[in-house]
Amino acid sequence: MNVHAIRAIYGFELARTWRTLFQSIASPVLSTSLYFIVFGAAIGSRMAHIGAVSYGAFIVPGLIMLSILTESVANASFGIYMPKYSGTIYEILSAPVSVLEIVIGYVGAAATKSVILGTIILITARLFVAFTIEHPLWMAASLVLTSITFSFFGFIIGVWADGWEKLQIVPTMIVTPLAFLGGSFYSINMLPPLWQKVALFNPIVYLVSGFRWSFYGVSDVNVLVSFAMTLVFLLACMLAVWAIFRTGYKLKA
Amino acid sequence: MEPIISVSHLTKTYASGFHALKDVSLEIRRGEIFALLGPNGAGKTTLISIVCGIVNPTSGTVLADGHDIIRDYRVARAAIGLVPQELTTDAFESVWDTVGFSRGLFGKPPDAAYLEKVLRDLSLWERRHSRIMTLSGGMKRRVMIAKALAHEPRILFLDEPTAGVDVELRRAMWEMVRSLRQNGVTIILTTHYIEEAEEMADRIGVISRGELILIEEKRALMTKLGEKRLTLQLRSPLQSIPGELADTALALSADGTELVYTFDTQGERTGIATLLRRLAEHGIDFKDLHTTQSSLEDIFVSLVRSRP
Repeated sequence: MNVHAIRAIYGFELARTWRTLFQSIASPVLSTSLYFIVFGAAIGSRMAHIGAVSYGAFIVPGLIMLSILTESVANASFGIYMPKYSGTIYEILSAPVSVLEIVIGYVGAAATKSVILGTIILITARLFVAFTIEHPLWMAASLVLTSITFSFFGFIIGVWADGWEKLQIVPTMIVTPLAFLGGSFYSINMLPPLWQKVALFNPIVYLVSGFRWSFYGVSDVNVLVSFAMTLVFLLACMLAVWAIFRTGYKLKA
Repeated sequence: MEPIISVSHLTKTYASGFHALKDVSLEIRRGEIFALLGPNGAGKTTLISIVCGIVNPTSGTVLADGHDIIRDYRVARAAIGLVPQELTTDAFESVWDTVGFSRGLFGKPPDAAYLEKVLRDLSLWERRHSRIMTLSGGMKRRVMIAKALAHEPRILFLDEPTAGVDVELRRAMWEMVRSLRQNGVTIILTTHYIEEAEEMADRIGVISRGELILIEEKRALMTKLGEKRLTLQLRSPLQSIPGELADTALALSADGTELVYTFDTQGERTGIATLLRRLAEHGIDFKDLHTTQSSLEDIFVSLVRSRP
C-alpha cells in the first residue's frame, strides 16, 4: 500500500478546503442555518408536530443529510474533475498508485469534509432548535457511511463530466431534487398512498429515514432496510469506480 | 548491460482508428541521453505516455528498469519521472507544496533536504512559497521539472522540455540535463528543436507516422548520413558550368558567383583535388572557398521526406 500517496492526495484535497474555507464550510453552514431559522424557528413554531417531534426538530436530520449529500457530491466530483480539467491528472495516472489508493485519497478527503460539515451543522442547529439524539453511534455511523457513499457518487460524476455544465447537472438536477423529495422536510407518510409508493424509489428516502431514526427513534421505512439500501448504493458506486479505472474510462486514452 | 527501457512490438490504435504507433521496438541504454525526433503527430508523446502509464497500449510490452509497466506498474513507475509538454500545474498551490505532493504521490517519505536541493538546482528556492500562478512561464516549466525529480527517478522523460522557452533558459536546462545524466539519470527527450538533440543527445531515434524509422548514435548518424559541401567563390561569374565539367557534382549559384560541390564524407575519395585541378585547366579561378557539413536538421528532414 502506497501510504505516502494516499496521504499526499488526501492532504492536497483537504488543503483546498482550508484555502477555500468560506466556500467549502462557511457557505453551506450559513445556508443550512437559514433553513433552520426560516423553517425551524419561524415557520416551524406554527406547524403541527410530526409524531411526537416538533417540526423544527424533525427537519434537523433531513437538512444535515441534504447538506452532506450535496457537499459530498460537489467536493468529490470537483476533486477529480479539476486535475482532468487542468491536465494535472497525468501525474496521478503515471504514479505508482493503485485504484484503491487513489479512491481512498479523493473519496476519503471528500467524505472527511462532509463529516466535518455535518458535525458543524449539527452543532449550529442546536443554537436554533432543541433536539435529541437517541442513537448517537448509529447517527455517527450513518453520517460517515452516507458521506462516503455520496463521495463515491461524486467521484464518478467528476470522472464522467467533460465540462463544467455536466459537473453541475447531476448535483443540481438529480441529487438536490431527490434530496428535497426524499423526506428532508416531511415524512413520506404525509403523502397520498400512491406517492408514498413512488417515494420508495427515491434512494434518499432511505438515507434520511435511517438518519432521522438515529435522532428520534422513528422512521418512514425500516431502519435495517435503510442501512441495506445505503450499502447497496455504496457497493454500486464502488463497482463503477473499479470499472472506470479498469477500463480507463474518461481517464486514459 | 541490460537496457533501462525496453519497448517491444508496441502498437497503439486510438478509438478513432488512428494508428499512433505501429510495431515500435526500442531499447534505451542506462545512463544515456536519448532524443526522440519526429514531426507533429508522429507518435512521440503517445510512446512516452504509454511508458509512463498514461495511455494504454493496444499491444506490445514495455519494461522499465526490468519491470513490466503493467504487471509491475508500481516498481516500474517509481523509477520514472515525467515532464509533460503542457504546463499543467495546480495554479493555487505553492511551489513547495506541489513538489512535496509529487514526492508523496510516488511513494517517497518527506525529505525537506532533498527537495531543497532540487529547488535550489532549478533556481526556485527563493520562490518556494509563491503560488504557481504567480510564476513566469519559464519558472513554471522548472516547477514541472522539480515535480518530476521530486521522487528521485532513475529515468526522466522530457517531452518538448524547451518549447516556448527563451534561449538563456534553454541553455540552463541543457546544463541541468547534463548534470542529471552525470548523476546516473537516464534521459529521454522529445524535441522539435534539432539543435537540442544535436547539442545533448548520445543517440537519436526518428519516428514518423507511428514508425521508428531510425535509431543511431548521434555522431555516427551525422557522419553516415551527413554530406559536406565545398563552396568556391569565383573571381569572375559564370553563365553556366562548362560542358566538360558536366560529369562533376557541381552546382552553380543563381548569380553565377559560386560553385557548390557536394561530396560524401564516407567516400574513399572526396574528389576535391581532381575537381580543383580540372577547374584550373578550364581557367576557372576562385578567390575563396569553404566547406559546410549538413546539420542534423537536414538529415532529419531528408529522412522524414524520404518516407512514403
